[in-house]
Amino acid sequence: MINHLKFAAAVTAAALALATPVVAQDASPQAGGTLNVVIQPEPPGLMIGLIQNGPTQMVAGDIYESLLRYDFNFEPQGQLAESWTISDDGKTYTFKLRDGVKFHDGTPFTSADVKFSMDVFLREAHSRTRTYMQHVESVETPDPLTVVFNLKQPFGPFLGIFEPGTAPMIPKHIYEGTDFASNPANNTPIGTGPFKFEKWVKGSYIHLVKNQDYYMEGKPYVDEIYYHVIPDAASRAVAYETGKVDVLPGGSIENFDVPRIRELDNTCITDKGWEFFGPLSWIWINMNNKPLDDVKVRRAMMHALDRQFARDALWNGLGNVATGPLSSSTRFHAADTPDISYDPEKARALLAESSYDGETIRLLGLPYGETWQRWAEAVKQNLTEIGMNVELVPSDVAGWNQKISDRDFDLAFTYLYQYGDPALGVSRTYMSSNAAPGSPWNNVANYQNPEIDRMFDEAALMANPEDRRAAYKKIQDQIVSDVPNLWLLELGFPTISRCNIKNPVSTALGVNDGFRDVWIEAN
Amino acid sequence: MTKFILGRLVKAVFILLAILIFNFLLIHAAPGDPAAVMAGEAGAADEKFLADLRERFGLDQPLYVQLWTYLKGAVQFDLGFSYRQQLPVSQLIADRLPATLLLTGVAFVLSLVLGVIAGVAASARQGSWGDTAISTLALLFYATPLFWVALMASLVFSVWLEWLPGFGYATIGANYTGFAHAMDVAKHLVLPATTLGLFFMAIYMRMTRASMLEVSRLDFVKTARAKGLKRGVIQRRHILRNALLPVITLAGLQAGQIFGGAILTETVFAWPGIGRLMFEAINQRDYAVILGVFYISGAMVLLFNLITDVVYVIVDPRIRLTG
Repeated sequence: MINHLKFAAAVTAAALALATPVVAQDASPQAGGTLNVVIQPEPPGLMIGLIQNGPTQMVAGDIYESLLRYDFNFEPQGQLAESWTISDDGKTYTFKLRDGVKFHDGTPFTSADVKFSMDVFLREAHSRTRTYMQHVESVETPDPLTVVFNLKQPFGPFLGIFEPGTAPMIPKHIYEGTDFASNPANNTPIGTGPFKFEKWVKGSYIHLVKNQDYYMEGKPYVDEIYYHVIPDAASRAVAYETGKVDVLPGGSIENFDVPRIRELDNTCITDKGWEFFGPLSWIWINMNNKPLDDVKVRRAMMHALDRQFARDALWNGLGNVATGPLSSSTRFHAADTPDISYDPEKARALLAESSYDGETIRLLGLPYGETWQRWAEAVKQNLTEIGMNVELVPSDVAGWNQKISDRDFDLAFTYLYQYGDPALGVSRTYMSSNAAPGSPWNNVANYQNPEIDRMFDEAALMANPEDRRAAYKKIQDQIVSDVPNLWLLELGFPTISRCNIKNPVSTALGVNDGFRDVWIEAN
Repeated sequence: MTKFILGRLVKAVFILLAILIFNFLLIHAAPGDPAAVMAGEAGAADEKFLADLRERFGLDQPLYVQLWTYLKGAVQFDLGFSYRQQLPVSQLIADRLPATLLLTGVAFVLSLVLGVIAGVAASARQGSWGDTAISTLALLFYATPLFWVALMASLVFSVWLEWLPGFGYATIGANYTGFAHAMDVAKHLVLPATTLGLFFMAIYMRMTRASMLEVSRLDFVKTARAKGLKRGVIQRRHILRNALLPVITLAGLQAGQIFGGAILTETVFAWPGIGRLMFEAINQRDYAVILGVFYISGAMVLLFNLITDVVYVIVDPRIRLTG
């Protein structure tokens, strides 16, 4: 009982502390200092146009920039673009670029770089951006500081794609006419960002230094950044405790270490900075396999899962219980979707009515550490309690990828980013046109609903946000009724840092948007 | 001797080739596709992206073609290119090798010297409290999981006592040079090298002790005593020299592993060595890197086995080498 009370107190303390996030404080910034940040795992490369995983974007977000940034409410702010206009028919986007911006090698940044990046490099190398650019008929550069995107038809989320991970501005003079994947410049990345690449000692650290010619007066404030590669989660916690690093980005340490670390002196924590990604976890249901094609079995499993327990016990009270296919931070999220709450009685009744006949269900966990392992065990227990036979299948990361690609599972954990808009990061999971085996990142469940396909297609092309909101409400209601996935939690990845480090998180992309605004208050 | 060494070297080439082929087939038999892993790292990937990657990796070729391409490169000492890390494998290995050599080399010397000394000391007074204490400690070091020792060492000496750095190869950003740099690296080396060395030290100690006791009961030792030789001389010249053969065998095997790195120690202490490179490569199915590390470590095991055989002759002249 005492342990339960202690645990409840810890969870409450966690919730209270998160209620006062450390964001965008307005004292007068001080220049200078070194920022020591943990990075895990070590990125495979830093060329963000080719690789877009979390660690790559965290470092590349300092080196590369896009035309816009997004505040916590997804309102676009100028970055490399000074201003922008959208035509009345929603088909023409005109960006005016900042004057005087230079790449790190001193070459001026112009509209030709924007056209090359979006129309050539990213169309070729960036699978997500390639999909978005299918909506673009042409890119024009009437003068060095003006770029015009002519769309084939209105594309509602278009203004939401100009962040460094999706639309990084790449130097044309370095990449034009080369094999992008093997260009030697990939190892010494050059962008327009507030920090320049200095050195990468593989397995040890990545060193960035202040861009002295940065176009924003006085920024960046800190002189240099070291990203420390520390492969073991416990050692990362030790590195923070012993003062070797000052920023622990979300997911750097095991969840069970968070309550201990947050109690240290001069330590602040925030769950802001993940709004754009909206990481949503769920369990894929392989609908190719019987009896999982039976909606009653799927609904029974959904009601069997005690997700509040998972949030409180495994995630230390961080994150939110999901209401359906959209994270609450994603545009057009509807909170009033059909009920999918924990109700074991209802689950047993549904299972009794269903075609389930004692078959063994293989549950593939996510090989991302302790928390996910324990979560798989908790889900197995939940499903066993309503009378299902569940077998846990272990794997490593590569094995997991393979099994998902080959659809060799019954249930499988995953989590994916939503990129702020259902047309950018959600529809890919539910469209029947995106269900072919061979990829672990598409409609893995093989959910087939022509009505949903039509609605997603139409909603993406609507120019009016209110029309889109209504359309996505219907989509969410329908998908939640069909239960193609078992939605779990909107994951909470708190960023932990010394309190005298100001503005570690200042946009909806958090630490993945670069440390342009960070400054260190002298103790 | 020369004939023996040449003969063994020729055999070693064929064994190495067999190792390469076996490793290649083994890795390709494991589930997991490097293209899918890279696609995962790229965020979300479509079929074109996957197809492009497979083509670039050569994964769209039949397995025997991939094997042939690999072996052709391997015999010319071309270890291939890591598409995931965008660097030649030889450069990746060369970058990590110094750190691994330093860590495993120091741990090797430390464990061998201390292990043998402790083993000799324990055997000299069999059954005494000193023997019991050394044997108990050795058992403890032998039985305790390495990762636990590593974490506890880090907690005690780095977090609580603040004596030693708990991770890394050197103080990042300090830019020390010369002696200051050497001292900085040495400080960082203490915890990982000791942690890694403890396990092997326990083995050397137990083996030396057992072997010493066994040899000390042999007739020629009795003869030496009867001749009135001093105790120290008997221990050193007669018992120890004969008792060292099994220890040398073990040390030869461990020395071969030096190049393979120490995955657990390197991971816990964030030591930027080969072991971690290999571990990460296995997770990512970075075939070229995995095979490259196996190539180097396989060759080193063969080389050290050969050296061990030669050392036998030096230590024990009764052994004759035949190719």
